[in-house]
Amino acid sequence: MELFQWGTNPWGQEILIRVSWDLLYLSFWAGIAFIVFHVIYSAVWLPKLAREASSGEGSAAVAGVPDRIERHSLAARLFHWVMAASMLVLLVTGFFPIVGIQFPWVTIHWVAGVVLTISIIYHIVHSTFFLDFWSIWILPADLAEAAARVKRQLGQGDGGEIKKHGKYPLDHKLYHTSVMLAGLAVIATGLVMMFRIENALVARNAYLLAEETWGLMYMLHGLGAVLFVMLTLTHIYFAVRPDKIWLTKSMIFGSVSRDEYLSHHDPERWDVTTK
Amino acid sequence: MAVIRDKMPAFQLFQPSSTEEALGVLDRYGAEAWVLAGGLDSWDWFKDRVQKPAAVVDLGGIASLREIRSTDGGVEIGAMATLREVIRHPDVSGQFGILGQAASKAASPQIQNQGTLGGNVGQDTRCWYYRDGWSCYRAGGNICYADTPTAMNREHAILGASRCVAVNPSDTAPVLVALDAEMVVVNASGERVIPAQDFFIGPAVDIERMTALQPGDILTQIRIPSTWANARFYFEKARDRQVWDFPLANVASAAKVNNGVIEDIRIVANGVAPYPVRFIAAEDAVRGQQVGDQAADQAGQIAIRGVNPLAHNGYKVTLLRNLVTRSVRGEA
Repeated sequence: MELFQWGTNPWGQEILIRVSWDLLYLSFWAGIAFIVFHVIYSAVWLPKLAREASSGEGSAAVAGVPDRIERHSLAARLFHWVMAASMLVLLVTGFFPIVGIQFPWVTIHWVAGVVLTISIIYHIVHSTFFLDFWSIWILPADLAEAAARVKRQLGQGDGGEIKKHGKYPLDHKLYHTSVMLAGLAVIATGLVMMFRIENALVARNAYLLAEETWGLMYMLHGLGAVLFVMLTLTHIYFAVRPDKIWLTKSMIFGSVSRDEYLSHHDPERWDVTTK
Repeated sequence: MAVIRDKMPAFQLFQPSSTEEALGVLDRYGAEAWVLAGGLDSWDWFKDRVQKPAAVVDLGGIASLREIRSTDGGVEIGAMATLREVIRHPDVSGQFGILGQAASKAASPQIQNQGTLGGNVGQDTRCWYYRDGWSCYRAGGNICYADTPTAMNREHAILGASRCVAVNPSDTAPVLVALDAEMVVVNASGERVIPAQDFFIGPAVDIERMTALQPGDILTQIRIPSTWANARFYFEKARDRQVWDFPLANVASAAKVNNGVIEDIRIVANGVAPYPVRFIAAEDAVRGQQVGDQAADQAGQIAIRGVNPLAHNGYKVTLLRNLVTRSVRGEA
């Protein structure tokens, strides 16, 4: 298996072209392997482990929890689905031709890329100024807590209580961080690559960057894109899992029930009573 | 620059006597196999050492692929029929004289004796950046060396480009599109019949191929329906050297004219795009009009809508407009 594709320029020099499409298949099968592992893990191992600490019913923080709790505002949901749609279009237009399904993909691809870019800019502004900015970021406390959870799962914990999550559990935060890094890579390089194609926004200019730098752009774009294959597969898997479907519904309808909230979240870490 | 050498890279040569035998070899070698028709495109690739197939399957020994015959629905031409055989065959010249006319403009008489109809429509682009073996888009890279401000792109595309600006150089291809021909393609899985218009594909769909042919495929036959038999035909080719050369642009039209009125028409040009371009809007515009300057000028103007010339091929815009105009007017 190769990691990169190399070519020869007019001066006989070896130049970087892009990532090897072997990585596309690797990413796909890694995603499938993760899903298979998680299905087995969930069916065999997880039931044996103690679940989270008590529901917290009766504590002072619980008293004011309403029957329905807004988890995602309409603006946040619209962003999510616009981003998801554009991402799926990008994956289909980017990779279907590589696996042999040919169609005129370039225009659809760059238009979807522009939609994704605009949606991400909107998300950055929205989440920074109108949402709880830090709720999705991995903080030192998350790492310490994650270590405690792993120890518990391996039977090495000290038996102490591990609190429930705030608004977003660590796996959501990890996923967000992965998507953010891969997304920034494909968006930043994709915008530069607009100069290589016929489009309505910028004039073509193959000389904008040196040949080696173009190769780097294509490589980073491809690397981020193939990562998204695995990320998207696993995301869809979790979205349709029966035990996670309440989260998917909340991304459609915006809210979760009081029971769902109390079962999965720590009211002291995600306080919904003040709203 | 690629260097032409006296010796080609070694390959296994197969000379099957039947299509089935050829398909067996192609199936065995997959993408490592190369289908050889007349060899006029292939030998360049081999001598330049840009293409290094493990196996070459020479179709020259398959007699059935050279047959030309009339059927109830038109004419069937074996893909291995030489251009000269196409030019001279009475069934072709009797109904579809434009095909022989185009074939007679392809290269030189010597090449017409060796080159095949299948090879002429299936040949690769002549873009020198691509054929020199550099890693351009068409060769699997990420750049078009012909589409840069300092590139030598006088012969390249003004229409239909998508990252790659190479053109399809075939003289017979636009004729087959104009005549609504069908291409019969076989592989180990069976046979498929592809309309000529869909047989040629542009870089927007697949930047590394000019036709629908995939590894393992053999173009066996070209079927021309009688739809346009004995229509009013027009073919013109503009080239740098009148002795023999690839087209800067060519145009093929077939028109059904009744009492001076254009009842139906096909207008197709090549050498201006990565595939033979059919000008449907121009066809629609002149259908029902009297043959004459007005319809011809209108078609010419419509044909150049959306052109995107490169640094050195702006002349092709005027050339294309005039060729289309003349094809509708029907003047020689």
